[in-house]
Amino acid sequence: MAHDTHDIHRSRAEFEFIKRKRATEMRGQLTSFAMMIFLTLIAFTLVAADFSNYLIVPIILLLAAVQVVLQLYNFMHMSNKGHGMMAFFMFSGIFVAFTIVLTMVTIVWW
Amino acid sequence: MSSNSQKKGFGATIWDYLTTVDHKKIAILYLISGGFFFLVGGVEAMMIRIQLMKAGNDFLSAGTYNEVLTMHGTTMIFLAAMPILLAFMNAVSPLQIGARDVAFPFLNSLGFWLFFFGGIFLNLSWFLGGAPDAGWTNYASLALASEGHGIDFYSLGLTISGFGTLIAGINFLVTIINMRAPGMTYMRMPLFTWTTFVASALILLAFPPLTVGIFFMVFDRLFGANFFDVTMGGNTIIWEHFFWIFGHPEVYILILPAFGIFSEIFAIFSRKRLFGYTALVFATILIGFYGFMVWAHHMFTVGLGPTANAVFALATMIIAVPTGIKIFNWLLTIWGGNISFTVPMIYAVAFIPSFVAGGVTGVMQAIAPLDYQLHDSYFIVAHFHYVIVGGVVLAILAGTHLYWPKMFGTMLSEKLGKWTFWFFFIGFHLTFFIQHFLGLMGMPRRVYTFGADQGWDLFNAISSAGALLMAIGILILLVNVVMTVMKGERVGNDPWGDGRTLEWAIPSPPPFYNFAQTPLVRGLDPYWIEKMEGNKEGMVYAEPLGDIHMPNGSFIPFVISLGMFIAAFGAMYHTDGHAWALPVLIGGLAITFGSMLVRSLKDDLGFHVTKEELIADNERIQREARALEGGKKGGLK
Repeated sequence: MAHDTHDIHRSRAEFEFIKRKRATEMRGQLTSFAMMIFLTLIAFTLVAADFSNYLIVPIILLLAAVQVVLQLYNFMHMSNKGHGMMAFFMFSGIFVAFTIVLTMVTIVWW
Repeated sequence: MSSNSQKKGFGATIWDYLTTVDHKKIAILYLISGGFFFLVGGVEAMMIRIQLMKAGNDFLSAGTYNEVLTMHGTTMIFLAAMPILLAFMNAVSPLQIGARDVAFPFLNSLGFWLFFFGGIFLNLSWFLGGAPDAGWTNYASLALASEGHGIDFYSLGLTISGFGTLIAGINFLVTIINMRAPGMTYMRMPLFTWTTFVASALILLAFPPLTVGIFFMVFDRLFGANFFDVTMGGNTIIWEHFFWIFGHPEVYILILPAFGIFSEIFAIFSRKRLFGYTALVFATILIGFYGFMVWAHHMFTVGLGPTANAVFALATMIIAVPTGIKIFNWLLTIWGGNISFTVPMIYAVAFIPSFVAGGVTGVMQAIAPLDYQLHDSYFIVAHFHYVIVGGVVLAILAGTHLYWPKMFGTMLSEKLGKWTFWFFFIGFHLTFFIQHFLGLMGMPRRVYTFGADQGWDLFNAISSAGALLMAIGILILLVNVVMTVMKGERVGNDPWGDGRTLEWAIPSPPPFYNFAQTPLVRGLDPYWIEKMEGNKEGMVYAEPLGDIHMPNGSFIPFVISLGMFIAAFGAMYHTDGHAWALPVLIGGLAITFGSMLVRSLKDDLGFHVTKEELIADNERIQREARALEGGKKGGLK
């Protein structure tokens, strides 16, 4: 019990610091929100403009990857402290899955 | 719940274990059920060796032989080796990092019961119309053609127990990342905790492919899908990929905790800090990564083509490098140490040459052209038994002796332990060394008999004699366990006298809250550091004595698992057109999801052990320790 409760006492400077940090974070979130809407618009325009599928599919996949990274870092707090281990596991999982898929579509069925 | 352990009735004890969420009791459950399945798998192994004792033997029919061999492999890997290692992980790694329990005690219990019911389901196949007979790898073309319900028992049973293992893996990851005591940085974690960590990461990444593969198998066999059926446009090779993308990391899930146990043993009984701790940690992580890059070396003869074979051959050979690093580090840990040859140390020393032999034949098979010759012969059987028996089983036997006092508070007999070792070790080499030559002489694996004119009689007879010696060794171990339990001589905190890590700084068995005060870790091998500085208590503390929050026991994990067990029967007999099958399937799932709902809606906030109770309990522990000192001195010295 004793070690479960946390009393928080902040000094004026700490308070100001946290406030500034949150403002920066908020700005980051708004910027990436705008970017994501813009990326989505690009995707829709590509399809509406009726380009070749060989152009549309890779570009949409690329945009999707960018969106995922923005989402993870700006909205799911991966940019904050203490997420190192999580990032390590995510990227090793992605790496493993990627190599397996890559192997499957390249050398395994040559 | 009182912290004073009073004598409980038999029924109360059973109920206690059915509802426990304490990692130490779950460890004991894993050890008992894993040990039981180890004996079952052992009996199956003996049946195989009796059948192959002489040419043209008719002890088992061809069909029964296929079932016995499939169940031997499946039981030993999924239901014996892994659970026993999970027993040690549960018993030791929370103690090693100074935690009071794992991160999710409820899930820990759920993981165990899922494994248990999955294992029981799989083994009930013997009594309900025949066991699976397509080998532990269950290759799809063979499995889809198999009649009866054997394969369904395999796929449904492994689905259930696979959930359990996955849950256990995630639990250990979260525990080790989040619940380390103050000062226990990653690079101060004992090597057994490190290997638990990496093995859990492998479980997390490797079990999903198996689950997907088995799901496809269930759908193909029970619900009319055609994932693996070539005649319907499916692909039978895909199963092999799924299986081995899981299967190769699985080998490392088994061997890494074994490496961890041996690392602890080498340091303790050489009375030296592990040589090259950093390199050992690095090698462990590297092995974990490489484990995912080599699966197709099990499939060289499938016909993937020269490019794939060359790439996977090279990747496979690279794994020998981190493993070699480990071997040399262990040798240099022993080098110049003050060695005491206790039973665990004997196993550890015997492990090095045995495992290296298995590793060397592994690199031989990594050479794809040579593998075309060796594939599907007894050479392969010899290789993987050298790795798994020479590595994992020796570690399990060593770990049983090493951690028995910490788990049960008594000491296994050293004398009987040495008898077990010699019978088992000689029997092991007698059984499997000669199988290399049987393989080179052309004896195929998984065939139920051989002819008298093939010249394999003598070697097979020798191999079977070796198996008998191993069985005698295990029987002596059982006698040892029974005698130790009957005698019930208590031992103190550090019965080996040279413990280095935190688990040896607390009573054996530890109180249910593990640490009255969270320890402060001041370096690698924290208990050793405190001992060397003359700290009688063995620990420095990171917090004042205060109330401890503990989780309540729960019967829900048992019920959730029971529901899945019942549902599996419904799913399986549904295909036979029984009218009762569908209600059973739905009813089982209702039990599972209903109990999950109860768990979600009902708040269970646990309870507090008060400071006064802790003080009283500590006095009892001190009193018992003094009584132990006054009487016969427990432990080795």
